[in-house]
Amino acid sequence: MSGARGSVDALDVERLAARRGYVALFAGIDFSIAGGEALSVTGRNGSGKTTLLRIVAGLTTPAEGEVRWQRQAVRPFDPRIRNAVAFNGHLPALKDELTAQENLEISVALDERPAAAEAIAAALEAVALTRQKALPVRFLSQGQRRRIGLARLHLSQRPLWILDEPLTALDADAIDLLGALLERHLDRGGLCVAASHQPLPVAVSRMRSITLGASAPA
Amino acid sequence: MNSTDTRDIDAQRTATSPADNAADDARASVLRAFGWSLARDLRIAIRSKAELGVQLLFYVIVVSLFPLSTSPSRDVLGMLGPGVLWTAALLASLLSLPRLFASDFTDGTLEQIALSPRPLPALVSGKIAAHWLTTGLPVAVMAPLLGAQYALDGEALSMLAIALLLGTPILSLLGAIGAALTLGARGGGGLLALLVLPLYAPVLIFGAGAVDAVRAGVSASAHLSLLGAGLIVAIIAVPFAAATAVRIALD
Repeated sequence: MSGARGSVDALDVERLAARRGYVALFAGIDFSIAGGEALSVTGRNGSGKTTLLRIVAGLTTPAEGEVRWQRQAVRPFDPRIRNAVAFNGHLPALKDELTAQENLEISVALDERPAAAEAIAAALEAVALTRQKALPVRFLSQGQRRRIGLARLHLSQRPLWILDEPLTALDADAIDLLGALLERHLDRGGLCVAASHQPLPVAVSRMRSITLGASAPA
Repeated sequence: MNSTDTRDIDAQRTATSPADNAADDARASVLRAFGWSLARDLRIAIRSKAELGVQLLFYVIVVSLFPLSTSPSRDVLGMLGPGVLWTAALLASLLSLPRLFASDFTDGTLEQIALSPRPLPALVSGKIAAHWLTTGLPVAVMAPLLGAQYALDGEALSMLAIALLLGTPILSLLGAIGAALTLGARGGGGLLALLVLPLYAPVLIFGAGAVDAVRAGVSASAHLSLLGAGLIVAIIAVPFAAATAVRIALD
């Protein structure tokens, strides 16, 4: 939720550094984005894109530096960041035993203001899974699973979307759909941080980008 | 004059009610989080019935192996019975522990749960309650039937059920900490057994002791009181410890 005009949501990251074991992944990462902007994180495999996203989402503690949400420093699992973030990691976050619809109902019920049943049906229709909604997720293809993730974004009220490789396994229609969802989200004053090897389907004017590992080629 | 009075009263009302409302909201939020994860895990458990059956059958088989492999003498079996029935309950609980967090961890739903605005200790408590309802409770219900193989009389069998009803929730609770701490560790299953079984020992001692006491014709109330006290301490402390362990595992 971005408040009244003038109080735009803001995410600032300062001097961020991360290690995996003894290996320094990246250091001195700075960026700021405000409501309506998307940040694309690029970099070769193993450059720490996922780790950066996990730090911003408040899942991982950075080795150095800090993440600020609304100008206030947030530590991992801070309630303020938990209320703000919609995290779409590279794991599907779906229960194989449950149907697409049940998965959506369950994940939506975790929100402070759960979406109504009609909204869930609409989201399933938007991602073209209405016919498969009663199938257990284990019978769905990789792309169809990713589409459930899109339906979750469709229902999300959170201002800060964090997407890890959102284009993986999506067909052309689904990529268009993701583009439409992102544009709508940014229009509403939302923010997005996404790691991707392909260009994101968002207007270039609203995109910023950083590249990890660029300063220190191997 | 009048208007200032009413304004004062209004001010008072707004000064006191937000605190009350906040407390009510917090309680409602905790209960909703508990109910959410309890209902979710029960629904998933019902969909994967085979896993539940495996754990209960494991209990039945382990308990039945001892009379087959030792002596048919009533004295020997009566002496072995409480210990065997309890030890097998520990092992059955251990067998089902990885399911508590590991599948949520590998499919990414645990990240979503930990990142949700709901209080994590309450969400974890709901998962533990579902775990007990699907593993500990069936064992406690089944045990008196199996105890008949050990020549235990009616009084000892009902004490066995009572002790298991008090003790198996402690097993689920303590096990949850171990299950969360070993998430993502290689050889997690074996490590989990090493970590959790020593913690289970007091439950085993007082649980089996309660049945032995009844067999010896003494009161078992001391054993049951200690089990009850252990359960209360575990219910209060474990959700916070397990929630912290989950966050560490996700880091």
